Amino acid sequence: MHYTFHWLPAFRALPDMLWGALVTLEIALLSMLLGVFFAVVLAVASNSPYRALRGAAASWVELARNTPALFQIYMAYFGLGSLGIHLDSFVALLAGITFNNAGYLAETFRGGLRAVPATQMRAARSLGMGQVQAFRLVVMPQMFRIVFYPLTNQMVWAILMTSLGVVVGLNSDLTGVTQELNVRSFRTFEYFALAAVIYYLLAKLVTVSARLMAWRLFRY
Amino acid sequence: MFSSLLDTSFSLNDLWFMLKGAGVTLALTFWAVIGGTLLGVVFGVVRAVSPWWINAPLGAVLDVFRSVPLLIQLVVANSFKTIVGINWPPFTVGCVVLALYMSAYCTEIVRSGFLAVPTTTRRAARSLGMSYWQDLSFIVFPIALRVALPSWIGLTLGVMKDTAMVWWIGIVELLRSSQVIVTRIQEPLFVLSIAGLIYFLMSFPIARLGARLEKRWRENE
Repeated sequence: MHYTFHWLPAFRALPDMLWGALVTLEIALLSMLLGVFFAVVLAVASNSPYRALRGAAASWVELARNTPALFQIYMAYFGLGSLGIHLDSFVALLAGITFNNAGYLAETFRGGLRAVPATQMRAARSLGMGQVQAFRLVVMPQMFRIVFYPLTNQMVWAILMTSLGVVVGLNSDLTGVTQELNVRSFRTFEYFALAAVIYYLLAKLVTVSARLMAWRLFRY
Repeated sequence: MFSSLLDTSFSLNDLWFMLKGAGVTLALTFWAVIGGTLLGVVFGVVRAVSPWWINAPLGAVLDVFRSVPLLIQLVVANSFKTIVGINWPPFTVGCVVLALYMSAYCTEIVRSGFLAVPTTTRRAARSLGMSYWQDLSFIVFPIALRVALPSWIGLTLGVMKDTAMVWWIGIVELLRSSQVIVTRIQEPLFVLSIAGLIYFLMSFPIARLGARLEKRWRENE
């Protein structure tokens, strides 16, 4: 082994990398919010009486689940580009991850909705609640409990997926910043090992805060 | 835009090149799944039966593989390989990293399958005169397999899709081969669609099979 580790430049770059981590967290959070929205739409569409809607929802879900996330990001960046829709790398990454999240979460929500007994809805309705009211106050909270754990899992995956932004030229997230530092100095191992530690801490941050939230929300 | 799809410069040779890339994807998946499953079964059973002072550290170490992006794992492993002077080709590095990655997820699947077998069932087996190993192989294994197999199929497909990331350490697999062709003929939408179709054809039938197995086995419960 003829290698001298140079950790100092990596630690000097730590503030830059932490700013990158913030961007990573931002993309992951945004993609989750948008993903949850589209997933609910997809879950509702897959139960709709219209065949075209069901078909569209099914193809979204199957495409998202059966192709690599990297492929979906490439499609958003290069594929849409040749249709004349030019997204910058941040938006393309966000679009790709959102597409992926929505596909996986739609299945989760469908399972969650099915797990709440139909009698709950009927009981709420016979107590005089409206359709929307019953859904919001009775069905939703129960469904949320069931999907909460898969939701936090998906959030961790979203953070891991943001690392793919670097392949479409994103240089502001944690991997992008690390790669920029790397091509300047070629201290690949030191920089990426530090990035790995930061990613690990980010993932732990998500799981720990989810656990705290679950403790607050589902205590009764 | 559609005219470009009709008079494309995409040739049969290009398709062959991409299919060879798909072959590399499948080969990577094969070795990763073999290695990952073997390690995962060992770790999973160890985690299920061992006391906390073995269980907790093992769990913590495996958790690292699930909390760090695969891309970063590949880069770190590849540069570490150079530092310690192991002369492995990128393909081997890719297989090893993917196998460790898979083993971390597989451990949890095996463990939850193992723990899904009720203690009372195992006690009943023992009181019928079965030995510990008989109990494991004739009682625990068949029940745990039913719980674990659908998730294991899902995991295998997940790993197959994640192999797309190994291009970073210089392996030309399916997605990378499509990128190579895009650089030459400049028709990203068309070429990427073909790559996507190949991925879909490799993944979808198996995903369906997994869903059907899960459904059928649930009916018996």
